[in-house]
Formats: sequence, C-alpha cells, structure tokens
Amino acid sequence: MRLQPRIATIFGDQDTGLIVHKMWNIEPRILRDPQSSVRNCEDEVATTIAAMKPKPATITVSNEHPWIVRLAHWLNAVALFVLIGSGLRIFLAFPSFGPKIPQQNFIEVPPQLTVGGWLGGALQWHFTFMWIFVGSGLMYIIYQIATGHWRQVFFMPRDIKGVWPMARHYFLFGPKPEVDAAYNPLQKLAYTATIFLGVMSTLTGMVLYKPAQFWWLTWVMGGFRYARIWHFIAMSGFLAFIPGHLIMVAVHGWNNFYSMVTGWKRDPEYLG
Amino acid sequence: MTEDRQEKGQSIGKDEAVGEVPQVEALPLQGQVEARSRAAARDTGPAGEPIRVVSPKERRRLNRRELLKLAPVVALGAFAIPKFRQPLLDEGLRFSDWASGKLFGQHRLAQTFCDRAVAPFATFPYNFYDVADPGVDLEKWKLAVTGLVQHPGEYRLEQIQSLPKMVQNTRHVCVEGWDVIGNFGGARASDFLQLVGADASARFLEVQCADGYYESIDMPTMLHPQTLFCYEMYGKPLDRGHGAPLRLQMPTKIGYKQAKYLVSMNVTNVLQAGLQGYWEDQGYSWYGGL
Repeated sequence: MRLQPRIATIFGDQDTGLIVHKMWNIEPRILRDPQSSVRNCEDEVATTIAAMKPKPATITVSNEHPWIVRLAHWLNAVALFVLIGSGLRIFLAFPSFGPKIPQQNFIEVPPQLTVGGWLGGALQWHFTFMWIFVGSGLMYIIYQIATGHWRQVFFMPRDIKGVWPMARHYFLFGPKPEVDAAYNPLQKLAYTATIFLGVMSTLTGMVLYKPAQFWWLTWVMGGFRYARIWHFIAMSGFLAFIPGHLIMVAVHGWNNFYSMVTGWKRDPEYLG
Repeated sequence: MTEDRQEKGQSIGKDEAVGEVPQVEALPLQGQVEARSRAAARDTGPAGEPIRVVSPKERRRLNRRELLKLAPVVALGAFAIPKFRQPLLDEGLRFSDWASGKLFGQHRLAQTFCDRAVAPFATFPYNFYDVADPGVDLEKWKLAVTGLVQHPGEYRLEQIQSLPKMVQNTRHVCVEGWDVIGNFGGARASDFLQLVGADASARFLEVQCADGYYESIDMPTMLHPQTLFCYEMYGKPLDRGHGAPLRLQMPTKIGYKQAKYLVSMNVTNVLQAGLQGYWEDQGYSWYGGL
C-alpha cells in the first residue's frame, strides 16, 4: 500500500492531534490516534506534511550546460557532419596515401555518403565549415580554461582507475560505480579524446591547406603524405566516437538530451 | 487506478492498518523530501550547476531564453536552403582566400628538398585538363606580354633563359590530394617581370595557355623568390606533356595554378568574372595558396 505524493494531500489537525489523510474524493479518515502506542513515526509524518503542504506546483531544474558550451557543441556537431562528408568526397579524388604513380587505392567510399557532389563543391563546403569547426572549438576551449570547468571534463591520471569499472557497467552490465562528479571517468576519457581529435584534425588540416606556409608543421608530421594519414586517422576517431555518443544519448533519454539544448534539466538524477 | 484508491481506503479504515501507515507513507516520500530540502539547502549541483525550483511557466520561460542563444546554430540552416547555399559557400571560399592572402609570407620560403627526396622523373605525373600535348610550335614560340608593363611585346624563350637560372627541388601538390617532389629550373618570375617593366603595384597576372587553359595569380605570389617561369625539369628542357616550352612553377601555389604551355601574360588590376581561371570559374579556390 503506497501513497503516491502526486495524488495525495496530507494535512494535520494540530488541535485534535489527529492526522488526517485525504485522497481526491475519498472522505478524510483518521489515520492515527495520538493516544495510541505507536508514536515514533509522528515526526516523520510531520516533516512530510511540512514538505508537502505549501505546494504550488513546482519543478526542480538544474542548469547542466552553460550556453557557450551548448552553442559550441551544436555548431561543432553540424560542422563535423559537413567536414566528414565533404572530406570523404575530397578523399575520393585520390583515395590513396601513397604516390600518384603508381596509385594504389586505400578504400572505396560510396559517393552517396559524401557531401558536395564533386571535388570542387566538397572543397567549398570544407573551406567554409572548417572556420565554424575551428571557431566553435576555440570558443569551447577558451571558455573551459577561463572558467576552470576543464577540470570537470579533462581526463587526468587519477581517472584511470575508474575507467574499467565504468566500462564494465556500460558494456558488460556490471554494477554502476558511484560517481560524485559532473562526468564519470569513461565520459572524461571520451570527451577529452574528442578535444584531442579536434586539435589533431585542425593541425593536420592546416598542413594540408597550407603545407608551404606551415612548412615546419608539415615537417613535424612527416611530410604532406603523412599529414593526410593523420588527418584521416583523426576523422576515423570521430567516426568511432559519434555512434557511441549517440547510443548513450538515446539510452539516457529525452530529459538528458534536452539539457544539451536549453541547459535546464528537469529533476536532475542526483537529487533522488 | 480506481481499484487502487479503494483498496487503500479500505485498508486504511481497518484498525490493524493504522500502525503501519506512517511507515509505508514515509518510504516513497522520504527521497522526495530529502531532495527538496537538499535543493533548498544548496543552489548548485555537485558539479556547480545552478539549481532552481520553479513553476512550470517559469521553466518554459527559462527554456525559451536559453533556446534563443542557440540562434547561430539555426542560422546554419540557411545552408540547407538551395537559394542561399551557393552564395554562402562562395562567401566561405572568398573568406578562406582572403585569409590565405593574409597568411602568405612574401619572404617565407617553401620547403626545399635534397636530391635524394626528389621523385624519379617517371613518377612525376602528367596532369592536363584536355590534351597532354597541344602541339605548340617550339621553333616559332613567343610569349606575348601585355597590360601594365613598360615594354609590351613578344618575348623569345632565349630572353627568358638569359635571366639568372634558378633550380629548386620543391613539392608540387595537386588539389586531388597527391603530392610529388620534383626538380625545376627556370627564371625567377620577379626577374622577368622586371625585364618587361611590369608595374609591381599591379594586383594580378593573367596567363593564357596553348591548350585554352587560363589562370590568374596575385602579384605578391608572382614576386615571391621561388616563383619561376620554368623551362626545365630534372635538368632537361620541359617536355611537351609538362608544358613545353614554358610553364609557371610556384611552390606556394596548388597544382592547378601552375599553368603550362604559356602563350601570353597580362598584368592587370582587374580580373573579369568568368576569366579568373579554368577551374576557378567552376568553383575551385581562386587563391589556391599552399
């Protein structure tokens, strides 16, 4: 027998010392006689009454994501989608990491999965959205450093020991480890990896775009051809992250997703 | 639901049930109460996020306000509208070209390589848009020079070859993504521009090719010390497939800017739409800088 707080109103009558329970259209009933031997629950019930009584309908919300982070996230998401699609179209023009002569193709990419239609079109998309990608990335990184919030996200050596228990929970249905932080160790690892991939794809992209101006960076990466390989690896890293990320979003439901849109999460889980 | 309520009502009415009610009631409520008192006690969550207890109306207002801050993301939706797509992409390309021009270092040299790093001549690709050999008459060939120059006219290859010869091992990068390190010899473009008395403050150089290809290049790049009017590759005169008798060779520009089989050049301050370059007019970046 459970009384759900949402459909029950409880109030006390101080004068008679009677505690009365009323549900919707059911007659008030005497729940307890103050003279009875069972007294120890009285305080508990009183607390309940105090908490429940002055109750215009309210919702507890918490602002989980600052707007700069959300803006950066969605700009970055759109830009990443365009950059991967157009990047694959550019790659189709020469799908190899070796010399032109003799050409050995590395992989076949279905043109239907690409953006831009042809090499020139794909380059236009790439050269337009790279600014949005880098701009939103810089905005995010500067914000995280300036506010000190990077500590919530950045994977540190002390997080290493928490990775396996969390992975066991996610993938092998192990017990859920207690997490008293914004992100669990596995989340930190994943998000830090994406920041790293963003920096890596930007630096390798700079080399591919301006190998002569950034000739020292070209040299550090082992030459133009190796920069193409690193650039491709960075993209592969994103391709590995995205499905996992989307599955986790789907698993955690609308309320969690919505907090990445407006920032406000209804009835945050840590409040019970 | 009705059954539920009645059942509760009945059991509460029984004397035996009286004692157990507060216990049972406390269980589901306990968490709720604690949560609310915790929320009231602190206005931030474990990660420092602001917590507020608000009315549904206030919550809608908060959500709306935060949603508006994402307007730039919605603005990206303009790329999905066919009417706006191409103008926006053109702007993106123009901005990239502008930034590329700003980044370009007039005196910053492209990397040069030792002879060991140079690809064998046989693996230096012949790349052309139409025909590998437009059938230039090498005996009668002359370069027509027009525009903002003091000495317009037709120049023979010997006149270009009489200028100091530069030989460099530099990287040739194709827009498709392949690159090849080659050996190039020729006259500095800046020397030849000086010879013809070109206005160094002019903005562009236009070139026409024997195969109908055409290009235009910014003057700062033309005056770059590594920009060559190239007549030799691998120590031998340019062969027909590589652009005999004269081609542009700019290690700070991408492959499609390196026009081959040159027949004329024009120094100008104005580029005409549709005559900026064979590929550029179809959507490639005009600046094409490396």
